[in-house]
Amino acid sequence: MSNTSRDFNKSAGEGTVRRFRSFTAPGVLLAGAAGAGAALLVLYAGYLVVSLLNPLNILPNAGPTAAIGVVLGVSLAHLGPQLQPQKGLAAGIGLAAGALWLGLTLATGVVLPLTFVVSTLAMFTVAALFMRTVFSGVNVTQLRKDHVESVVIRLVRGTLLAALTLIVALPFIFMVSLSFKTRAAYLADPTNLSVNILQPIPELLSGFIEVLVRFNFGLYIINSTGIALLTVVITVTTGILGAYAVTRLRFPGQRFLSKAILLIYMFPAIVLVIPLYTVFTQLGLRDTRQGLLVVYAAMTIPVALYMLRSYFQTLPADLEESGLIDGCSRGQVIWRITIPLSGPAIASVGLYVFMIAWNEFLFAFMFLDTPAIFTLSRGMMVLDDMEVPRQLLMAGATTITVPIMVLFFRFQRYLVGGLTAGSVKG
Amino acid sequence: MKRKRYATVTAREARLALWMLLPAFLIVFAVIIFPVVANFWISGKPVSLGDLRPAVPSLREFVAEAPSQAGDELVLEYRLRNSSRNVPVQDVVLEGAIPQGLELVSGDEACTVEAQQIACRWDEWDGGFSDTLTFTFVAEQAFFDAQVDMRSPTGADVTGRSINVLTTWDFTLDNFRFVVSARRFWEVLRTTFAYPLLGSIGSIILGLTAAVLLNRKFPGQSLLRGLYLFPYVAPIIAVAFTWVFILEPFRGMLNTYLMSIGVIDSPISFLSTRHIEIGDLPFPLALSVVIFFDAWRYFPFSFLFILARLQAIPNDLYESVEVDGGGIVRQFVSITLPQLHGVITTLFLLRFMWTFNKFDDVFLLTGGAAGTRTLPIQVYDNAFGRGDIGAGAATAVVLFVFLAAFLVLYFRYVVREES
Repeated sequence: MSNTSRDFNKSAGEGTVRRFRSFTAPGVLLAGAAGAGAALLVLYAGYLVVSLLNPLNILPNAGPTAAIGVVLGVSLAHLGPQLQPQKGLAAGIGLAAGALWLGLTLATGVVLPLTFVVSTLAMFTVAALFMRTVFSGVNVTQLRKDHVESVVIRLVRGTLLAALTLIVALPFIFMVSLSFKTRAAYLADPTNLSVNILQPIPELLSGFIEVLVRFNFGLYIINSTGIALLTVVITVTTGILGAYAVTRLRFPGQRFLSKAILLIYMFPAIVLVIPLYTVFTQLGLRDTRQGLLVVYAAMTIPVALYMLRSYFQTLPADLEESGLIDGCSRGQVIWRITIPLSGPAIASVGLYVFMIAWNEFLFAFMFLDTPAIFTLSRGMMVLDDMEVPRQLLMAGATTITVPIMVLFFRFQRYLVGGLTAGSVKG
Repeated sequence: MKRKRYATVTAREARLALWMLLPAFLIVFAVIIFPVVANFWISGKPVSLGDLRPAVPSLREFVAEAPSQAGDELVLEYRLRNSSRNVPVQDVVLEGAIPQGLELVSGDEACTVEAQQIACRWDEWDGGFSDTLTFTFVAEQAFFDAQVDMRSPTGADVTGRSINVLTTWDFTLDNFRFVVSARRFWEVLRTTFAYPLLGSIGSIILGLTAAVLLNRKFPGQSLLRGLYLFPYVAPIIAVAFTWVFILEPFRGMLNTYLMSIGVIDSPISFLSTRHIEIGDLPFPLALSVVIFFDAWRYFPFSFLFILARLQAIPNDLYESVEVDGGGIVRQFVSITLPQLHGVITTLFLLRFMWTFNKFDDVFLLTGGAAGTRTLPIQVYDNAFGRGDIGAGAATAVVLFVFLAAFLVLYFRYVVREES
């Protein structure tokens, strides 16, 4: 084992390798406070998460938790250069602290369920690993101001990360979980999000089956997919043509057009909805797929133009010019040179447009009256009824959300490009 | 000669460009530019939802008594109706042809019969007009031989001219008077500004927090980055209904949880309580929940932009502060925040503009109840809730005027800076 590690404290021992750092008042104070804070954070957040899946009806006691947290923090922070806390060692110390905590609690005569024991041990392990990260690179025997600062900041970071992740993920967990639970199962304990996956499959999926069959969501999935795909085709085609013209051809009003594209895409849907409703009603276009399609195309074309234009500007014009000199027509140049070179940008635009059309609510809600042509967004409004069990509303929400999430995770790279370049108009 | 040739190439190029831009232009013109102009037009019209179906005269032929042999009578009715309840139809003309083998016995005074042709004329049918004309004929053998269609023996048709209130040149300012004098107009205006202001600030603070947290490598970092985009990528209708369900007063998850840990004694109706008393001060609860939702749903947008900007800050900037002995807090205050100044300004303007015009979120969460009514909700309520299209359009014009002001700011401070 080498003793040249970066925190080796030369003045502490002449040539001898020290296993532990000597205690100093500020060091112990900092490590103890941090340990207590981390233990309380991990345990309370952990019990919140565990109790969503398996109601424990037991809250950890703050006093013993903080006390053991102090021990945990001080011991981990004072492991000397030779024992620079390895992951395994830290986890072991965490387990030991957990066992100590359980021992103290059991000594008071409380009977603890097995899940509680297991999750407590797991949480102390996590707390110890967290401590290890918090104190990495910090020599508690020679505390500098920035060491204290970074310990505090790492604690705050951890807290915020846990809180943010919980607040982002919880509604989605809620949505999916409740789409599997009947009203009775929900009302038994509304804060319990666990799903009994051991029940027979038809019972487990009853919400989805009812939504897909009785409420026609099967048909709406097809409608939504069809409209979204057609929107992509129209928008991408017109976008490629327009963006090519704006970047490669010279014509009067070119500069003005670039600004106009940006301006138009700022126009809000709510200002358009009354005139479109009025005109489409009089033209007989309102309650039709074509009407909706044209609106979706118009909503997405400015962004598509903007994104494709930015991308075409980065492509070298020489290649296309050589194509033209070799006798290709403009059409052939676009088809054989520009489009193959713009694969990623077109994928970005396509996915982004698909997402907008799939998620769109306002126009689907205002325009569609005939159930046969409902999109999923419009179909959801049928489920928003006090007569319809909430389970079905959540099953519907899951049905409309999951495809877009799968697409998002599969093609995250492209979609993030689309989100930042065009930015979903929200 | 050479000059001219060059000119032709330029002209050809411009013409080609025009053709290539035409599809995009046509769609955008028809669905965005034209409607914006049309909205101004409609805002000066006293038009209701019912007026959107044009008034047309309608006719149904009905054989009240059918002949079974030669010499029997055939009684024919024309059932007439104006399709609109309030718009009159003018210059109504009805025409029909009496088939072979029918002899007219009695007709109606509105009509003339000449050479087997029935013609009837009216100057005007009022809104909601309906009438029945009765004709009696005697059938001869020729009538049975001709096998006439008994659903419409005379094949009559009716035409007329109606005034479409939308296409006249009469305008009124009544819609605007109505909008501005509405009982809660000023309160709605205040909410319309408070909601996007606080919502944007909230989403930027959350986005900044998330970006700073994820601006370094750690296990699970890329997974969390994907997860943090969820609220923004998921369909609005799914997340809005989910939050409504979580916040439900009757056995909703949040209420049950808060009651079980003893924070509250009785359930709170988060989305339909205008104010709750905190100390002695009224706290606008429903509006705050809507603002929280906005921050939750749109923080990923700020997160993405700020994260991209953070990753572009060169490391040596931080190192120079570190050499001076500055800790993380000082690095953040003296390097990070100034570097983010531009992107945060842009984000604020964009988010403010979009949230200002946002309809879906408030509509799905509260429907505009309990002090959350904003101008976009008012547009919808006037036009479709009350059925007053004109007043709705006038509300949209008010909204549009504000938007125009924001756009000027945006183009002056952001777009110019970028280009």
